[in-house]
Amino acid sequence: MRLLLSFVACFATAVAISAPHPDISDTAITGLQNPATLSAFGFFEGNAANPSMKLIPYTLRTPLFSDYAEKQRFIYLPPEALVTADKDGRLVFPVGSALVKNFGYTDSATGALTVLETRILLHKSDGWVALPYVWRADGSDADLRVGGTRIPVSFDREGKKLSISYAVPNKNQCKQCHSSAEQIVPIGPIWQNMDFLKAKDAARFTKANPQLAKLDRWAAWDDARSGNVQERARHYLKVNCGHCHAPKGAASNSGLFLDGSATDAAAIGIGKRPVAAGRASGNLDFIIEAGHPERSILIARMKSTDSGIAMPELGRSLHHKEGVKLLEDWIAAMPPSVY
Amino acid sequence: MMHLTSMRMRNIGIVGAAICALVQPAFAKTIAVAPGEGAQMRLQEALIAAEPGDIVELGEGRFKLTDGLSLDVNNVTVKGMGAKLTTLDFSGQQGAGEGLLVTSDDVVLRDFGVENSKGDGIKSKGADRIVYHKLRVEWTGGPKETNGAYGIYPVESTDVLIDSVVVRGASDAGIYVGQSRNIIVRESIATENVAGIEIENSFDADVHDNIATHNTGGVLVFDLPNLPQMGGHNVRIFDNIIVDNMTPNFAPKGNIVANVPTGTGVMVMANRNVEIFDNVLGDNGTTNIMVVGYRFPHNDAKYDPLPRDVVIWDNQHGRAGWDPKFRGGAEIAAAMGGNFPAIFWDGAGGPAKAPVISDTVPALSLGLTDILADPATAAPTPLAIATKRPAALPAIKLPDSMEAAVR
Repeated sequence: MRLLLSFVACFATAVAISAPHPDISDTAITGLQNPATLSAFGFFEGNAANPSMKLIPYTLRTPLFSDYAEKQRFIYLPPEALVTADKDGRLVFPVGSALVKNFGYTDSATGALTVLETRILLHKSDGWVALPYVWRADGSDADLRVGGTRIPVSFDREGKKLSISYAVPNKNQCKQCHSSAEQIVPIGPIWQNMDFLKAKDAARFTKANPQLAKLDRWAAWDDARSGNVQERARHYLKVNCGHCHAPKGAASNSGLFLDGSATDAAAIGIGKRPVAAGRASGNLDFIIEAGHPERSILIARMKSTDSGIAMPELGRSLHHKEGVKLLEDWIAAMPPSVY
Repeated sequence: MMHLTSMRMRNIGIVGAAICALVQPAFAKTIAVAPGEGAQMRLQEALIAAEPGDIVELGEGRFKLTDGLSLDVNNVTVKGMGAKLTTLDFSGQQGAGEGLLVTSDDVVLRDFGVENSKGDGIKSKGADRIVYHKLRVEWTGGPKETNGAYGIYPVESTDVLIDSVVVRGASDAGIYVGQSRNIIVRESIATENVAGIEIENSFDADVHDNIATHNTGGVLVFDLPNLPQMGGHNVRIFDNIIVDNMTPNFAPKGNIVANVPTGTGVMVMANRNVEIFDNVLGDNGTTNIMVVGYRFPHNDAKYDPLPRDVVIWDNQHGRAGWDPKFRGGAEIAAAMGGNFPAIFWDGAGGPAKAPVISDTVPALSLGLTDILADPATAAPTPLAIATKRPAALPAIKLPDSMEAAVR
């Protein structure tokens, strides 16, 4: 008996040691204080390579370009959470939800992804909060950097080594892109643009919202089978530009609306003269000159890496060659007109 | 009786405390930030950590910044030690479209300088009741096409005060107020910009007691199509010195100000109810005052390209018009005996839209009634001098809290 008891005690100790599996902390997500370290949330077990089983991974068919960084996206839903959706497919998450996004680059020698930073969106009782956490060099934890930072990064791209000063956005810059009518909102989770690795994860959303299954999937910007050039270009613009270039977004004053809300040609830039572009006009007259990508300010700004010219404004130490090519093809195919 | 009195006293005390709390939040503090190592992160973190009522105090010296800065907390003052003593130096800027971006209300920016930002100098968007005071925004190499567009750039805001600032070298407008309402720009200096001071797509603005010199154009009042706020109106330009705006236009083509002729004093385009009075104008080679329509094709049914109800009254004019820098200008000058007039109107919309003028200097209509007419087809006729001044616009009044911030 005594022997058995001590055996049980031993076993219990072993379990306690070998199964740290920290739960995700709901109080860290909804609390007033922003934890100084990412580990306080329990989204990852030890390091960024081990996301909690409670996170729902997903990908986007057409994602936002940020200096060729690779991204991993996760949703955390609190127990018993009910997610709804608006008519446009935008998922509506209850308080206590979190969106978690890793940014990093693959080491070509080892094939392993080095995660540099994790950006999180927390749905607290008074709204969403966006926070950037930067991983320590040893990968043991990530620290809150509300002021943002820069990290020198080298990675291989098409057989060439690229070295950039990778920018982690500050808390205000997070809000700049994530704001609508001055409130922070998630941007990515629009059903038509989301793919889930596991069917049962997708079912979690469609079960409560059967109407989602009826929405047309968005074109994947780099997959010609998923849509024609115009469809893919429009979705590329929506995802890469539409969060600011929207009537309630950070670039509302431009009158250039790429979020899908535009009802006339000028509002998506066709035949529209620049307003506050300054030197970014690059001696060109129109945002988009139909038939002429080489005379379109939109293309010139997407190609530039000068911070006074580059669009989008953030995550653009490099330009997105393949994305620009898609938009050039789209503009080149527009029937030229006279303005 | 005693009892009642003390009750009352206590109530007054509570009410008094409540009023104080409204005016000045409890525990308002000063967050001091010094230049030096890590300035970017330290200053940005201070701007994020600030709470309503706080002052972020910038130390004396040069803050070498690598990225744009931003403030998104209401009722914060960002204060340096002086426009020349505290400098935010953006010459090493690697990211963001402007030096400092403000997106919150009731912010006061004062007593610091901003140098060589890659894009705009200081932008405030949707920032109501913002005060810009004793600031310096400068591209230190002087006029260059590669300079940022706007120096001081409030947009989409209600109640804007720009007081005692200096702006130099902007490749678009030094002081630019866009799509805003209830605005005062005063006692400031704009020099070596393409446009010195520009009020665009805005309602209710007073621009007074400024000096605009060595720009391409001194003061512009514009309205442009295809924008959320259009129909610019009620702008008063008075008591300014607008002289020697002869810097060759260095704006990149494509920008609307690239069309401003070098040597322009005041230019009004497609606005209504604009009053230009009691200014000193001179040494502007194209003209001292021009009033024109928006002459580019557009497809915006809600937009009115015509200027109308413009009053030009009691200005003092020096030399103007010896070198008009727009198409057809030289021919008209030759026909008039060598000089272009000190005041001209393009004639857009016909005689009913003519500006009302009291200034006794040569004033001309180009007779281009049709908004799309080629300037080469101008048929110039003199404009009449008026004797009765139309009803004047009221002065702009800003909330007392804003005026208190600069007293």
